[in-house]
Amino acid sequence: MVNVAHLIPLFPFLAFLINIAFGGKLKNACGPVSVAASAISFVLALFVYQGFRSGGGSYSLGTWLSLGDTPLNFGVMVDGLSIMMLLVVTFIGTLIQIYSIGYMQGDPRFSRYFAYISLFMASMLGLVIADNFVMLYIFWEGVGLCSYLLISFWFEKPAAARAGLKAFVTTRIGDTGLFLGILLLFFTTKTLSFHDLQQISEGHGTVLAIVAVLVFIGAAGKSAQFPLHVWLPDAMEGPTPVSALIHAATMVAAGVYLVARTYPLFLVDPFALQTVAVIGGISALLAASIATVNNDIKRVLAYSTVSQLGLMMLGLGVGGYAAGTFHLMTHAFFKALLFLCAGSVIHAVHTQDIWKMGGLFSKMRVTATTFLIGTLAIAGVPPLAGFWSKDEILSAAYQNGHTVLFGVAVLTSFLTAFYMSRLIFVVLFGKPRSNLHPHESPATMTVPLMILAVFAALVGFVGSPLAHHAFQGFVGGGESSAASQANGGMMILSTVISLAGIGLAYLIYILNVNVLPAGMLSRLNGLHQLLLNKYYIDEIYDAFLVQPFLGLCRISYKIDLGVVDDLVNGVARFVAALSEFLRPMQTGLVQNYLLVQIVGLIILILTLGKLCFRY
Amino acid sequence: MFPVLSSLIFLPLLGALAILFLPREREDLSRPCALITTGTVLAVSAALIFGFDRTAPGMQFAERSLWIPQLNVWYFLGVDGISIGLVFLTALLGFLACLASNEIRDRLKEYYVLYLLLMAGMLGTFLALDLVLFYVFWEVVLIPMYFLIGIWGGPRKEYAAIKFFLYTLAGSVVMLVGILIAYFTTKPHTFNMLELAAAASNGAFDPQLQMWLFLAFYLAFAIKIPVFPFHTWLPDAHVEAPTPISVLLAGVLLKMGGYGIFRICLPIFPQGSASFATAFAVLGVINIVYGAGVAMAQSDFKKMIAYSSVSHMGFVMLGFASMNSIGFNGALLEMFNHGIITGAMFLLVGVLYKRAHTREMDKFGGLSAQTPLYAFFLTICSLASLGLPGLSGFVGEFLSLMGAYQGFPVITALSLFGLIVTAGYFLFMIQRVLLGPLNPDCRYYKDVSPLETLTLAPLVIIFVVVGFWPALVLDLQKPTLGMLLSLLGVTS
Repeated sequence: MVNVAHLIPLFPFLAFLINIAFGGKLKNACGPVSVAASAISFVLALFVYQGFRSGGGSYSLGTWLSLGDTPLNFGVMVDGLSIMMLLVVTFIGTLIQIYSIGYMQGDPRFSRYFAYISLFMASMLGLVIADNFVMLYIFWEGVGLCSYLLISFWFEKPAAARAGLKAFVTTRIGDTGLFLGILLLFFTTKTLSFHDLQQISEGHGTVLAIVAVLVFIGAAGKSAQFPLHVWLPDAMEGPTPVSALIHAATMVAAGVYLVARTYPLFLVDPFALQTVAVIGGISALLAASIATVNNDIKRVLAYSTVSQLGLMMLGLGVGGYAAGTFHLMTHAFFKALLFLCAGSVIHAVHTQDIWKMGGLFSKMRVTATTFLIGTLAIAGVPPLAGFWSKDEILSAAYQNGHTVLFGVAVLTSFLTAFYMSRLIFVVLFGKPRSNLHPHESPATMTVPLMILAVFAALVGFVGSPLAHHAFQGFVGGGESSAASQANGGMMILSTVISLAGIGLAYLIYILNVNVLPAGMLSRLNGLHQLLLNKYYIDEIYDAFLVQPFLGLCRISYKIDLGVVDDLVNGVARFVAALSEFLRPMQTGLVQNYLLVQIVGLIILILTLGKLCFRY
Repeated sequence: MFPVLSSLIFLPLLGALAILFLPREREDLSRPCALITTGTVLAVSAALIFGFDRTAPGMQFAERSLWIPQLNVWYFLGVDGISIGLVFLTALLGFLACLASNEIRDRLKEYYVLYLLLMAGMLGTFLALDLVLFYVFWEVVLIPMYFLIGIWGGPRKEYAAIKFFLYTLAGSVVMLVGILIAYFTTKPHTFNMLELAAAASNGAFDPQLQMWLFLAFYLAFAIKIPVFPFHTWLPDAHVEAPTPISVLLAGVLLKMGGYGIFRICLPIFPQGSASFATAFAVLGVINIVYGAGVAMAQSDFKKMIAYSSVSHMGFVMLGFASMNSIGFNGALLEMFNHGIITGAMFLLVGVLYKRAHTREMDKFGGLSAQTPLYAFFLTICSLASLGLPGLSGFVGEFLSLMGAYQGFPVITALSLFGLIVTAGYFLFMIQRVLLGPLNPDCRYYKDVSPLETLTLAPLVIIFVVVGFWPALVLDLQKPTLGMLLSLLGVTS
């Protein structure tokens, strides 16, 4: 039953066509159309899983395009990694679309929303089953388009319109890196198929490491890694279920998926993996530190996503292939849950400022309980999902001797536990800080929350020592044997870190204890400002990249008018001036013409005579 | 056999003649007349594609008869993989732009006569295989275009029309010199392009001469493409031309330059062309990046699209520079795609101009809410133009870049920067025109009419279908390009 894999993206695509063409007539039925398509895809993904277990594998549907002598196939990739992604995307996607029916109820562009979401699902699933770089690149841009359309979904808001553009252009900067990597790979090895990566990774040397770094630039754009992370927080202008699906659980994880998919390239040279690990580490720490002071419920989660994606990259970069992909999977569940909880809260209180919330626990019990579970999961409290996968990353960094990166990962884990606890303590507990009238959300929203909460709590077991690292064995990866020994010390350490983070947040935000002496607080004010302003990265980009570039464009246009075009008109003016100069020769006086004629005749005779005499 | 190719050229002439004899008081009949004519031409060209043998590299449907015996000038027409797509493109845009000509209200008779004359010239240029015949059609295009811009254009129409005319004429005069030198160098003297190519491969032109001849032709073609720094006639001509004429200008006339390089420069002066490959690549990247940068600085919608054409034509140049199969296929496909996509883009600018009588992008805003169908068309065409995969623009650019990378990795990498800027200016345009709160001035704009939809929808369908299934077009051109490459000494 493996050979139904190519149908998985097809059903959401049909839903897209139906919703875009008949959206006006279907009205509220658009939601169920998209959900049904997504659910069918999930069932198909289960079949593919079953087929794979009984020995099925990748297959091809024919040639799409030929590059000289190299055919590019419509190939379908079926392996542990792609099946894991198929299951996660279809399962979470279906739940989020059910949730969306409640969340988007009454929106004037309800049908458009579901059309775009279905198009996204189709592209994302296509991306996962692509078996070569070009197919992947096509769907890669496809998910980027859907992201753009959905970020600026409420386009009347200028901020949403701007955020869409920023997301598209920033990720495209990364995409050109990927594109260049594809070109370099093709001309070095004459193949773009993922199946050949293992084989070609031997014998081409460092060129492939350059390819790997270029591919990583693409991955960094999509997965919002430093220095291309700036688009993701702004992307929160989109509807919250979109943030959950695209900007937390699936699309932004595509960068991590890409690195995992092309892992043999990264193994060619330590430099490539080192780059991944360092960029991942910087992103993880940078974003986590910003999240500790941000006051917007969705932006805290957005920075958290950047940070967690950084952690996955770090995991992959230190050689933890299975660790990185495992964290990708668990993160998809708990981060989708957290965003949907945030959406439920926003739906109830109509603000995103956490300091206007407070005391929501008693008013929204389902949302609050699931929010709490999600928080514990991401904070890494055992035995919830985040604990197991984070532990794997820490172990991988430690065992492979990356001391500094290990430290970064530990610090990030601590900060994660701290800012997430801060978030829920401020939002859910204490006294209401303003006059809001919260109410629990409808069942279409709370049921997906509960299902996701169960998974966020339990899904980690598939990769735990208790299940003999079944997940790691399934997605493959050389290091699973090394990591499969349960590391008791590491587990204790990571538990202590997360409890410390939660404890610190409890002291500050519940007990209102001034942890630091007043004198030190004022000295930390500068740091606080720096974090609040996100290290001024947006401002720096604007001042040193965007504005100078736009200025250069305006100057180019001036040159075009003033120099290039003026030269052309100059030629015309020159000809005009020349004829103006020659014009007086036409005097209209017969005497002048006769004089010229006679002089001319004399010269002619003389010349001819001279010629005649010579011979 | 029925002379299919001649009928493509003479049908518009016949139509023009018929309109010429319409009485002045029945001037209103000239539009239906022109529509029937261009519609028939489109049907014939569709039939042509249907009957075209996709596996044959050589000329098909050839027609040959002696025209001026004393000079060995022939009336020689033929179609192959290089021209078939462009002939269809011309017929399609000719019909759609004719539909969109309903905005023309005065001097209808003259307009449609000139319009059909232009059609005949454009089709003739793509079909002629004799250099004299080619030159005649090349110049025939010029005259109606001059009047169409100069009479029905915008405020600075005279300036733009004269500039266009003189600029192109300057190029073609040099080309004429090239034609004559080529004619007198070969023995027996011939204007036949195929014979010239055969003579060239037997060493009729020494490398030095090839370079000069190449340059003579190239100048004419570079002005038409247009290649930096010969591009400044384009923004002026576009901004002043009425919408349907802009469509033909960008969609067809710019292709005549690239077509000339494929048809004349490469096969007849192969060594000359090869020695300028680096120049092609450098000019290509300048076109791409400089064109995109200047487009970014525009506030006039139409001018932005005009500069985007400059940028896109850079990919065609890059494809030429590659001197390999991937790049040539990319360049030719990009020419076809650009015609379809930018044609649609100019129609869309026209739709807006008809309602607003301005093209300043800042005068709009929030049109997504007011005119959703227009927003759909504008968004999808912009995405196609910025090279989104799944739409045809991507495939052409991808192949051009892929082909050029082999010989010019650094230049290709630099052109990728153009892709980022292109995304920037198109999305910035969308942000200003379609997104944000609705500009109160736009409250009464009507969405695209059924007629406007009829002009836009076929183009959108084509670039979506070709985007998904590029082999549809690539299969037509591949055998011929393969043969061309073997002339150049490149195997596949």
